[in-house]
Amino acid sequence: MKVLITGVSGKLSRMVAQRLLQNGHTILGIDRRPWPDAPKGVEMFNTDIRKRAAEDVFRTRSPDAVIHMATVTHFTARTNEERYRINLGGTRSIFEYSHKYGVKQALFIGRHTFYGAAADSPLYHTEDAPPMAVSTFPELADLIAADLFAGSTLWRYPDISTAVLRFCYTLGPSHHGTLANFLRGPRVPTVLGFDPLFQFMHEHDVANAICLALEKRLRGVYNVAGPIPIPLSTIIDVTKRTLVPLPEVIFRRALGRFGLPKLPLGAVNHIKFPVVIDSKEFRKATGFEHNFNEVQTMESFLW
Amino acid sequence: MKLYQKDVLERIKALEIPFNKYGLDHFGVSQEHLASFFTLVKMVYRNYLSVSSHGMENIPTRGRVMLVGNHSGGVAMDAGMVLGSLMFDMDPPRLAHGMAEKFLNRTPFASKWLSRVGQFTGLPEHAVQLLEDERALMVFPEGAKGTAKLYSERYALVKFGTGFMRLALQTKTPIVPFGFLGGGEVIPTVMNLYSIGKLLGVPYVPVTPYIFPIPRPVPCQLYYGEPLYFEGNGNEDDETIEHYVSIVKESIAALILKGWSDRKESGTPPGLEAYLEENPYPQLSQQAKSSMEPVSQGETELSEPTERIPRASERTNSTVYM
Repeated sequence: MKVLITGVSGKLSRMVAQRLLQNGHTILGIDRRPWPDAPKGVEMFNTDIRKRAAEDVFRTRSPDAVIHMATVTHFTARTNEERYRINLGGTRSIFEYSHKYGVKQALFIGRHTFYGAAADSPLYHTEDAPPMAVSTFPELADLIAADLFAGSTLWRYPDISTAVLRFCYTLGPSHHGTLANFLRGPRVPTVLGFDPLFQFMHEHDVANAICLALEKRLRGVYNVAGPIPIPLSTIIDVTKRTLVPLPEVIFRRALGRFGLPKLPLGAVNHIKFPVVIDSKEFRKATGFEHNFNEVQTMESFLW
Repeated sequence: MKLYQKDVLERIKALEIPFNKYGLDHFGVSQEHLASFFTLVKMVYRNYLSVSSHGMENIPTRGRVMLVGNHSGGVAMDAGMVLGSLMFDMDPPRLAHGMAEKFLNRTPFASKWLSRVGQFTGLPEHAVQLLEDERALMVFPEGAKGTAKLYSERYALVKFGTGFMRLALQTKTPIVPFGFLGGGEVIPTVMNLYSIGKLLGVPYVPVTPYIFPIPRPVPCQLYYGEPLYFEGNGNEDDETIEHYVSIVKESIAALILKGWSDRKESGTPPGLEAYLEENPYPQLSQQAKSSMEPVSQGETELSEPTERIPRASERTNSTVYM
C-alpha cells in the first residue's frame, strides 16, 4: 500500500513511517521540515501541505492511504494565525485532495485534550463526549475544529474510510510531545492542592496503534489510550524531576520564568484537572494491546 | 511523609481493588492517601464520635452496590462515618465511593485529596463507571439540601433526587438503605449563611450556637437495611421512578425510627414528623410490601411492568454478586 504521511518529519511520524516500511508499505512524506536521513523507501516532498506542490503529490503519486499528522499546537506554532492556517486550512486541503485523487483510507491523528479539563468533567470520556476544551483551553479550539472537520469526512466523503484517533499524551525516549515538553526541565511546576491524573502511552505503542488502525481499515472516531492514568505528582517523582507546587495565583505569574515552562493560561486547567479517556472501543475494533505499561513508559522517560 | 497507622494500612491492603506498583488503581485512588485519610476517619469513627454500626451483614462483601441514606450535619460528617463503617466494621473491608459536591473539586487540597481517596464529583458518568467496576457507591439523594437541615429538623427527609434510582436500574445495582442518627447533633446548625457561602464558592456556611461548624463529640448510630432490588432499565417514566424512590425513602425512615427506639428516646425524631404524618408506619421489609399496592392510589397498572425481584436471601443464583 502507498501511504502518504503529512508532517512526516515529526518524531512520532518518523516512527510510524519506519514501522510501515517494515510492514512492506511504500511511504510518501510531506513536511516543511527536512528529514535528512530518511530511510530508502520514503519519498520525501519538502513542501507545505497548503501549497500546490502538496496537491501534486496526490495527483502524481496517487496514495492509497493518508495519515494526517501535520497539526500543530501552541508549543510549535509561532502565531495564532499560523496555527489556524495549518490546523484548519491544512486539514481541509488534505481531505479535499484525498477525495479528489481517490484515497481509500484516511487517518486523522488527534488529541485527547479535545475533551478539556474542568472541575466538573468526568473521568474516562467516551467518544461521544462534547469537546469542552473550547471553554477550558481556548488555544485548543482550532485542533478541536480540525478533529471535528476530519470526522465530518465520514458523511461528506463516505467512499473514504476515515478514522479520527484521539490519542492521550505520548512519553518515551525521544522526549517529544506535549507532556514531555511540560516535564522537560528539572523542576516541574504544579498548582498547589491539585494533582490531576495524566494519561500517557509509550511512543512505540502510539506508532503501533496508528499502524494497526491502518491495517484494520478503521472507520469512525476512537479514543486511544494505553495504561492506567497516573497522578502528575507521581509522574514527576518517578521520572526524577522536582515537584514545585505553587499557589495558583503565583503559578500563573511564574510560567515562562525561573526556568519553568511557558504555557498559555488555559493550560492551567489541564494542570489542575484530569483529561482521562476510555479507549474500550478502539481496543474492541482493532484488538490493540499496549506493550509498555505505565511503569515502563515512565522509566523510558528518565533523564 | 507517612501519616498513618499500620493497622489502617493493613485494612487498605485488604481491599479488593487492583492497585499497581505505585499503589494506584485506574481511578487514581492511592493506597497511601487512603491510609492517611482513613487514619483520621478511624479516630473520629471510633473515638471522637464513637459510631456504632448495625446491619453490616446487609452490605454485600463484593460486587456493585449503592448505599443510600439520609444526610445531615452541616459538613457531611455522616459521609465520612459511612466510609468508616465499611472500612472498619466489614470483613473484608470495602471502600465506599461518595459523590462529592462540585465545588469541592474546585477547592485546592480538597480536589487533590478527594480524588486520591475515591470521592469523586457527583456526576452520573462517575457513578456508572464505579458501579460497572463493581464498587460500592454512597449516595445522599438529598444532596446539599440534606446537610443544610437545621438542628430542630435534623431527622427530616427532604426531597430525594431521582437520578440515583435511574442509575441503579440502568446498572442493575442493589440498593442498601441506611439511616444515620446523630449527624444533626454533631454539628447543630442553627442557621445557614447562603450569601457568604456564595462569596466563598460553597453552597452555604453553617452556623452553630458556638459559631463555627466544629463537630461535637456525640455518639452516632448507623443502621443498614436489607438490599432492595428494583427491576428496569432506567428509562421508566417519572411516576414509576418516584414510586421506587419512595420505597427507598420509606426504608430509610424506618431505619431512623428503629435507631430512635434503640436509643430509647421519647417522641419522634425531630423533623421526621412531617414525613410520618403522610406515612405513619414506614416499613423496612420490602417483601411484605411487594404484595401490596403501590403507594399512589388508583394506579395499580403501574406495578405490573415494574415488579421487584426477590431479595438476595431468596435468590439462589444471584448474578449480581458473581
